[in-house]
Amino acid sequence: MKHIFKITSVLAAISAIWIGLLQTSLLPPNYTWLLPIYLVVALGCYGLFMVGIGLMFFPTCPQEAVLLQQDIVEAKEFLSKNGVDVASD
Amino acid sequence: MEERKDELQTKGKEKKIKYSIIVPTYNERLNIALIIYLIFKHLRDVEFEVIVVDDGSPDGTQDIVKQLQQVYGEDRILLRARPRKLGLGTAYYHGLKHATGDFVVIMDADLSHHPKYLPSFIRKQKETGANIVTGTRYVKNGGVHGWNLMRKLTSRGANVLAQTLLWPGVSDLTGSFRLYERSVLEDLVTSCVSKGYVFQMEMIVRATRKGYHVEEVPITFVDRVFGSSKLGGSEIVEYLKGLVYLLFTT
Repeated sequence: MKHIFKITSVLAAISAIWIGLLQTSLLPPNYTWLLPIYLVVALGCYGLFMVGIGLMFFPTCPQEAVLLQQDIVEAKEFLSKNGVDVASD
Repeated sequence: MEERKDELQTKGKEKKIKYSIIVPTYNERLNIALIIYLIFKHLRDVEFEVIVVDDGSPDGTQDIVKQLQQVYGEDRILLRARPRKLGLGTAYYHGLKHATGDFVVIMDADLSHHPKYLPSFIRKQKETGANIVTGTRYVKNGGVHGWNLMRKLTSRGANVLAQTLLWPGVSDLTGSFRLYERSVLEDLVTSCVSKGYVFQMEMIVRATRKGYHVEEVPITFVDRVFGSSKLGGSEIVEYLKGLVYLLFTT
């Protein structure tokens, strides 16, 4: 099944529940009418929250840059000894 | 599928599993030498070959590869050049045609992917029997160095969007440091058509949809070339187009 159909069916299920709520008037109808807007706002908040969390705990590795420089020095030494032309250009 | 896997595993016990490491290059004269040294340093007891797919670099990348063949052996380093820049997807396809390993590793030549992680890819594959092991930067023990706030923000935003819309099952969609079972890569590379970042995303999303077993290992990503990873407006548009394309085709 194409992924767009999965998403469409999730949306259809949510709409069905919403229409059901409108029909049965479990909640006061003027609340029910606003539910889709709440849903969109909630989804937006979730997105922003996830991006924020991702930024706050963005894994960084400054020590790796230092280690890489050491590896480069080591590699250049070995390679130039073995006749590979690694002079920086 | 199941039978094939068993067959591979029993075959592995009799004969050593071989890995082919495909490295596409364009003007990576110095980096290709460094990366090959590091590959040989970190893969001691493993049977492997390195396949350099060079797209006609004018800086003499191919001369350096020939010198490296003298040091490490022409059977260990294969130079499979192409006349000009022809794109990443076809570079993998080209390298794959010449690969003789049971598994294929794909990595970037610019040293943002460090060969010291190769053993953990291999170990993970052996432990789990996965069809694909993909390197992820966004977990504990992984990480990125050399990105400014803007780059981190775009990366996180893109990731949240893709996770919400595509449910891909992996945490790092656009990373390109991956180990594939050879037949799986052959299958994927012929069914993926995107370019650039989207190509990496398409490969892994299609793999999940086809039901391949995908595992992740943490990697670090050191961006040394300042500005190379700047994401412009056009890249963002391409990425969004790619997302929509994948929504409708996978």
